Amino acid sequence: MRTIGYNLKQAFLQIGRNKGMSLASVFAITAMMLILGLFFVITVNVNLFSEMLKSEYDEVEFFLEDGTDADEAQAIMDKFENEPGVQEVAFRSKDDAMKIMKQRWGENGYLLDSLGDNPLPDSVLVTVDSPENASKITEAAEGMDGIEDVKYYKETVEKLTSITDSLQIGALVVMAFLIVVSVVVVSNTIKLTVFARAREISIMKYIGASNWFIRGPFLVEGIIIGIFSALVSAGVTYLIYDKIVDIIGTDVMTILSCPMVPATYLAMNLVAVFAAMGVSIGACGSIISMRRFLDT
Amino acid sequence: MITLENVTKTYSSNIGLEDASIHIDKGDFVFLVGPSGAGKSTFIKLLLKEIDADSGSIVVDGQEVTRLSNREVPLLRRKIGIVFQDFRLLPKKTVYENVAFAMEILHKSRKQIKKRVPQALALVGIPDKADKYPDELSAGEQQRVAIARAIINKPSLLIADEPTGNLDPATADDIMDLLNKINMSGTTIVMVTHAKDIVDKMNKRVIAIESGHIVRDEQGQYGYEMAQDDVKEEVFDDAYDRL
Repeated sequence: MRTIGYNLKQAFLQIGRNKGMSLASVFAITAMMLILGLFFVITVNVNLFSEMLKSEYDEVEFFLEDGTDADEAQAIMDKFENEPGVQEVAFRSKDDAMKIMKQRWGENGYLLDSLGDNPLPDSVLVTVDSPENASKITEAAEGMDGIEDVKYYKETVEKLTSITDSLQIGALVVMAFLIVVSVVVVSNTIKLTVFARAREISIMKYIGASNWFIRGPFLVEGIIIGIFSALVSAGVTYLIYDKIVDIIGTDVMTILSCPMVPATYLAMNLVAVFAAMGVSIGACGSIISMRRFLDT
Repeated sequence: MITLENVTKTYSSNIGLEDASIHIDKGDFVFLVGPSGAGKSTFIKLLLKEIDADSGSIVVDGQEVTRLSNREVPLLRRKIGIVFQDFRLLPKKTVYENVAFAMEILHKSRKQIKKRVPQALALVGIPDKADKYPDELSAGEQQRVAIARAIINKPSLLIADEPTGNLDPATADDIMDLLNKINMSGTTIVMVTHAKDIVDKMNKRVIAIESGHIVRDEQGQYGYEMAQDDVKEEVFDDAYDRL
């Protein structure tokens, strides 16, 4: 316990007496983390978008001819209920369809009010377990009495999914690369600090300090700098992202029918991810940069 | 306190020590003299296990140094106080913290540290400099801090490597008085030096090393007649070696 207290106290003293170096390290880590944060935000949103796509992927929508009554609609639903691969069949009235559309358009929903009569048709939603069954049901439904049109954007959905998949992989690769780069940058920054104190370290060894006794404060210092940078960059990322969602969030919703991940939800994850990264970058940086001064 | 038996240490190109045997009793005050590169530094480095001997046995305070593992080296050094020509104080720590550091290594309680550090500073004659940083002190004062740090844990052996090399004669005499006082209280002192005046004045045991061999071991005089310029050059060479 006393050791922890000692290391903390020494670490804060070292930071206080090497303000320039500590600040440089914080800047270096923060810069890296902001770029990482950008990719993190993109990944999270693309992830959400592709999840949304996949959930629509397993849904086929039959638009019913105008004037189809409830019995006829029920007959269609009963017919598909027992087809292989069908999980759920639901009826969506034209009024419900309008409500959903208004919701999606958000602030711009009032534009739909000027349409007067609701032009949207009633529809039947069939949820299936696989794309193959979705295709079969689409074929079976086309040309059936009472069904005007069948919506199943197979190709579009497949294309979009492959795009989002490669986007995600790309973002992960860039993130991994950036993490490696930031460890290198940070360990070099800390190496400068340690280099400036190589003499101090050798003196400590002469007096009889063990390696861990010398390493402790430097390690804690690295961790503190890491945590501090994490908080700064998480805060900055949160503020910027919050602004972005504010400005284009509704437009994204209107165009892509997909919400952006809310900033508040992102905040906790950002802090957790950045703190974990900051601690490991700081700790790894310290240990790596001290190695050559401590052997023998 | 220190026993070397048939110790040999050769470097790639030259000899550090060859088949050297030395015995130093507890409470002794010993001067180590000789030309630069003769093996004085090798002797000190072997005692601290900064380097390993090729053969022979080195016993310090009852402990066979040659058999210590790297992990045990800090434990050895904690039993030995060391004073250098260039003081080697921690520049970012105050005088108090520099001296306290040697106790923190031993995990002494804060209460003990608070009690002992001012005592040590008073003993070396700078009780009022506790809150200064090393670069705010004169050379003589810095060496006093280094001595306070070296003796704070009451080591049975104090090694001084050219402790007066960077000091003017008057300050050097003060430092020697201080070392003498520490020796009187029972601490064994081994001091490497080029200062003829000091060795002659102190009239202690003198061990002379040349080319890795012990050529003289007797009480008395420095034994080398050197022009002052040569001495300076030697000191410079030694300092250069250490870089």
